[in-house]
Amino acid sequence: MQLEARSLQLKNMNPNKQQYTITVYTENQIGLLNRIAILFSRRKINVESLNTSPSEVEGIHRFTIVINETEEVVRKLCRQIEKQVDILKAYYNTNEEIIWQEMALYKVSTEEIAEKVKVERLLREYGARAVVIRKDYTVFETTGQREETDKLVEVLEPYGLIEFVRSARIAIIKDSHGFHEKLKEFESTEPSEEVVENEFLDKQDEVFTM
Amino acid sequence: MSNATTTPVPTPSKPKAASKSKAPAPREINGSAAVLEAFLEEGVDTIFGYPGGAIMPIYDALYDYQEKLKHILVRHEQGGIHAAQGYARTSGRTGVVFATSGPGATNLVTGLADAMIDSTPLVCITGQVFAHLLGTDAFQETDVINITTPITKWNYQVTDATEIPAVLAKAFYIAGSGRPGPVLIDITKNAQIQKFSYEGYKKCSHIRSYRPKPIVRKEYIEKAAQLINQAQRPFILFGQGVILGKAEKEFQAFVEKSGIPAAWTLLGLSALSTDHPLNVGMLGMHGNYGPNVLTNECDVLIAIGMRFDDRVTGRLDKYAKQAQVVHLDIDPAEIDKNVKSTIPVWGDCKETLPLLTELVEKKTYPEWLKRFKDYYKEEVDAVIKEELNPTTEQMTMGEVIKVLNQFTDGDAVIVTDVGQHQMVACRYAEFKQSRSNVTSGGLGTMGFGLPAAIGAKFGAPDRTVVAICGDGSFQMTLQELGTIMQSELDVKILILNNRFLGMVRQWQQLFNDKRYSFVDIASPDFVMVAKGYGIAGQSIEKREDLPNAIKAMLDHKGSYLLEVFVGKENNVFPMVPQGCSVSEIRLK
Repeated sequence: MQLEARSLQLKNMNPNKQQYTITVYTENQIGLLNRIAILFSRRKINVESLNTSPSEVEGIHRFTIVINETEEVVRKLCRQIEKQVDILKAYYNTNEEIIWQEMALYKVSTEEIAEKVKVERLLREYGARAVVIRKDYTVFETTGQREETDKLVEVLEPYGLIEFVRSARIAIIKDSHGFHEKLKEFESTEPSEEVVENEFLDKQDEVFTM
Repeated sequence: MSNATTTPVPTPSKPKAASKSKAPAPREINGSAAVLEAFLEEGVDTIFGYPGGAIMPIYDALYDYQEKLKHILVRHEQGGIHAAQGYARTSGRTGVVFATSGPGATNLVTGLADAMIDSTPLVCITGQVFAHLLGTDAFQETDVINITTPITKWNYQVTDATEIPAVLAKAFYIAGSGRPGPVLIDITKNAQIQKFSYEGYKKCSHIRSYRPKPIVRKEYIEKAAQLINQAQRPFILFGQGVILGKAEKEFQAFVEKSGIPAAWTLLGLSALSTDHPLNVGMLGMHGNYGPNVLTNECDVLIAIGMRFDDRVTGRLDKYAKQAQVVHLDIDPAEIDKNVKSTIPVWGDCKETLPLLTELVEKKTYPEWLKRFKDYYKEEVDAVIKEELNPTTEQMTMGEVIKVLNQFTDGDAVIVTDVGQHQMVACRYAEFKQSRSNVTSGGLGTMGFGLPAAIGAKFGAPDRTVVAICGDGSFQMTLQELGTIMQSELDVKILILNNRFLGMVRQWQQLFNDKRYSFVDIASPDFVMVAKGYGIAGQSIEKREDLPNAIKAMLDHKGSYLLEVFVGKENNVFPMVPQGCSVSEIRLK
């Protein structure tokens, strides 16, 4: 057991691990979530956050998945994700390469807030917005990155935070030109020379060594 | 009938250039008939299956298709799917399986996993409870889609009959194209019964989210050729990709022009004739001495249609570190998965190999080739001589294979189970033509042999099919003798009986101080069992009986079971112990 715990610790301490955001374009198909999820669980990788939504292209779904891993593992995972029949494309990006947001909701006793803090100041300082104000409780909403939404939790905790929930990450890739052009490529029976699927080939340099 | 979970077929297949002059007029058929119509359109001739409640409508429809579709009633669904695998492996076509819901479907799991890891094209149809009962724990309801997701290339649940033609077209296209694999289609009973207006069948040739073959990029072929042309000690590793790509001729042309020694993985066996002068033997844990040692001495490693399984590479961080690696594979996910490639060549080797052959210089490497031969001589002295011409009283597995070779002349299809006999059979069997070796490689499924041999015979009816089984493996699926009996099939069964679960016993001897934990397996009188099924046979223990017994087996009209008792504690060598580098291969 001890040994296991230690190796787990070592594994988590791998300095090459960092947060990656995986963006997957898929067909809208029942069971696909499971097909993607098992690729992570099979390698015992924890999914930190997962969001599914429509994409910029009608009929194409977009998964946004956040994991902590090394680049080599993320690259292999993306290839295995992309290999699934109903999946069109999988990209992975570091936090620097994306614009990302999460949303959080906070339920606080209205009485507490009215008495002990200035509601307007709170709203302004943390960019929070009151979604519901009732006699017994108030629900605030903020949108931002993890540190920002976490900070508000800290501030509200002394005043009796009744309930807190944070959404999955959604992300826009800075360099992306969207999926419309790529889809045309996929839809044509005869792909052209600059077909997208071979783009890993040109990124060979930093491939892992074992 | 409720169809609450119905979803539209996601990607309608584009019709191929109309081969028939006019579309047939729509007619009213039920979902079950639509399944069988699809089979006919896809050229299916043999189905391996077992009926049950949830697939009864399809079996009812099959009653009227008996003349066009041969159905082989197996004794267990696992036997059915292994038979379909054997069929696919010898015929090069997609194997087809029927099973009912619940236990019928779960009995397919081992075969699906085996077909997935060994890239065998299959279309499995499972019956499912009525759509309105889904999720209610109905009788024989199992969530087969979720159970089989990790072990299928694609799976889909049909709840509406109108989906069937397009879904089956997609299923056959996915199973057989690109890197092949198993597809499972789960059809609820209501969809099997439901009548709809059938407008004919359109084969699928394109799915927008699926690229079976990566585009071949010439610049990588050029780089690969350059690397190969500069090499002093190049070495080819070939796998099943050559066979699956039907590229045996292209491969042979490449080997012969480049003059590079080539070694095979377990599943690549028979892609190149075993007596070819440049065929230097088998890779991996029980492969030949030279190919393993010289993997760590070559300067350019050319991997063709193989995936660097851990049984091939041994310890990965000491595997071919000195070599520059050219990796040809159709599956992009295989490139750099285990071994980093210097030049990746994505694509179907049927297309990439001729391009590469054109650019490589015609060469020979006599000195380099001699090193393989020298190692082979060493291996002959240390292992092979004694294995094939033993001085012991008890027979060895190797000498049985040697005698078998003498009679089959390398023309038979050899199907094996899993264990010591498998390694020995693959090491020593001779093959002249491709698609002659059927074995469970990636999954290592004991019990694969007998049912796979049944399917192999249906896939190659004109060839002699020999199932080489161990006494342990054979007992896992011996109920399929019933299938042989009922189908009046001609399959030769050769049981190499060492009265042990030999491979595990070998490991226990070598690594667990001979603590033989539960490997001492008792067997019934196999000849008597066979006799019960109306199958002739005999059992031999003495060396002098061997040639006549093998001859009697091969000459016999119809199936025959020959049991040969071999040395109890013989080991398979050479061996790369687990966790060791390929250059640390042991000869004893």
